[in-house]
Amino acid sequence: MAETKIVAPKEGPLVQFWNWLTETQAWKSIFRHDRPTSDRTRVLVMLSNVFLHLHPVRIRKSGVKLRYTWCMGGLSFFLFLSLTLTGLLLMFYYRPTLEYAYTDIVGLREHVPFGIMREMHRWGAHAMVITVWLHMFRVFMTGSYKPPREFNWSVGVVMLVLTLLLSFTGYLLPWDQLAIWAITVGSNMARATPFLGHEGPGAGLLRLGDVPLIHAADDARFALLGGTFVGEGALLRFYVLHCVGLPLAIAVLMAVHFWRVRKDGGISGPL
Amino acid sequence: MGFVKGIFNAAADPRLFFLLAVISLAILVWKREQVASNSFGYGVLGCLAIFFAFGSFDANFRLIVTKPDNVPIVGLIFMLVFFVWYSLREGVLNDRRIVKGEGPIEKAESDRVWVWPDLVYIELIALIVCSVVLIVWSIVLKAPLEQPANPANTPNPSKAPWYFLGLQEMLVYFDPWLAGVVLPTLIVVGLICIPYIDTNPKGNGYYTFTERKAEITIFLFGFAVLWASLIVLGTFLRGPNWNFFGPFEFWDVHKLEALTNVNLSEYIWVRALGRGLPQAWYVRELFGILLVLFYVGALPALLGKSLFKGYYEKMGAARYYVGVFLFLMMMSLPIKMLCRWLFNLKYVVAIGEFFFNI
Repeated sequence: MAETKIVAPKEGPLVQFWNWLTETQAWKSIFRHDRPTSDRTRVLVMLSNVFLHLHPVRIRKSGVKLRYTWCMGGLSFFLFLSLTLTGLLLMFYYRPTLEYAYTDIVGLREHVPFGIMREMHRWGAHAMVITVWLHMFRVFMTGSYKPPREFNWSVGVVMLVLTLLLSFTGYLLPWDQLAIWAITVGSNMARATPFLGHEGPGAGLLRLGDVPLIHAADDARFALLGGTFVGEGALLRFYVLHCVGLPLAIAVLMAVHFWRVRKDGGISGPL
Repeated sequence: MGFVKGIFNAAADPRLFFLLAVISLAILVWKREQVASNSFGYGVLGCLAIFFAFGSFDANFRLIVTKPDNVPIVGLIFMLVFFVWYSLREGVLNDRRIVKGEGPIEKAESDRVWVWPDLVYIELIALIVCSVVLIVWSIVLKAPLEQPANPANTPNPSKAPWYFLGLQEMLVYFDPWLAGVVLPTLIVVGLICIPYIDTNPKGNGYYTFTERKAEITIFLFGFAVLWASLIVLGTFLRGPNWNFFGPFEFWDVHKLEALTNVNLSEYIWVRALGRGLPQAWYVRELFGILLVLFYVGALPALLGKSLFKGYYEKMGAARYYVGVFLFLMMMSLPIKMLCRWLFNLKYVVAIGEFFFNI
């Protein structure tokens, strides 16, 4: 009986190059284990990479199903990263002053051939609001906020507020009619804050003799806008909050959120 | 064609629009066994697509829907309809399995798989698809840039960013201190409170409806009917002076709407008792104040002894009172809407002296 001879396929130049590359010292210094083809190396790839280390090594089968997660949490994070990147590029060209703000945006539109950074930033921001809502909707519908994940849901709600504030502060920066009037409408609410807004209920009670403590030039709206109307002070305030303050806050909460996903038992599933 | 458009214009009237949204939710929840079929879901999405395709031939409709910042909301409508239907469908499918004693599908999938490659590859594909969508979207649609800011020239209508238009729509029914400050704060506080109020241990980590009927219905009412549908209303159907305009109607700046709203105090003192309004505000607004105190103070206790007795016993006093307070605050919006539509009620309590109007 003739033995069946197994003929290995001839290796092409690409495979040869790949084999050579993964044996070099440089490659091995970066990826300190073999290719993730065995159980052992699949564990190692997760443990030896700081970014992949966000994940556990193994995960329940339902947790990788699009049917269950809709991928909305991950997409929110990805959109945040792409917004950080495009926002950084926009910061090179944008000056938050009454003199330059609008003309810088016009310049971005008129003078950059094929420029889509502002578009990606704006549509990405709208998309992130939507993905965050749908992520929370999914978490609610699967009851994933239930013990032991109560606290992480609360962290998520604060991040929802921060997402909306990030989008809201960014809305002012182009300094066009759309921007200042949307912010005017939004921030007008603050002057009706109970006790702290000069047209809010109870503010009239806060007075020393005849001197009112809460008036148009020191109330909640004034603190938000840095002035009594949407002007230079508001533009700078919103710019700093948009580019530094709020992203830092949401980044810290993201770290907490992801860490707690792991510590609270990974992606939810039936007990 | 004009007749069909007329029907849509009429159906989009805030009163009918809201009523239709409530009825849709009721049907969705009540007839969920039928709703869970694929033909229903894709049928609804198809009808929606046909509506937008049909509408885009109309100049007024096209003008408002293709406004660059409104395009995401068109996407949001489709995604919300899809995901609300989809999550209910998954719940119904799981409920059928639970009845048969098989447990939810997620239980059958609870064994572990390797993150590399099973999850990492899905993330990579999602990332690529998302990038492609974002880039194509950015190439096709230019970001809006209007005239330079001019504090002396107020556009009509002036609208907040689209995700706050639900709140701006609330301004029709409540004063800014409620619609813009207190109620949004309560929305955030209420969302944070959800896991601490909801003591139902079932439905943790899988789709279901029957095991969480009340929670899901209340959440869908708040999210889909109050939050999302008011955003759609505020974006597409509110024109100059925040007047209502149907989807196929021209935004006429000179459209006049009679303001005939009446305060509760006038209803009682002038119309019912046939006297003038008392001078002192605490006498004038006595009935309104009592009504509000009853609503937030006495009603929770009364409900706890009658309609919500089961919840009171299951949840305990603290959880029950916080939960029912938040629920009543949420319901204050549709209640005020109904009072406005049925009785032209302006304020329940109107103490303009202190900016305290409810």
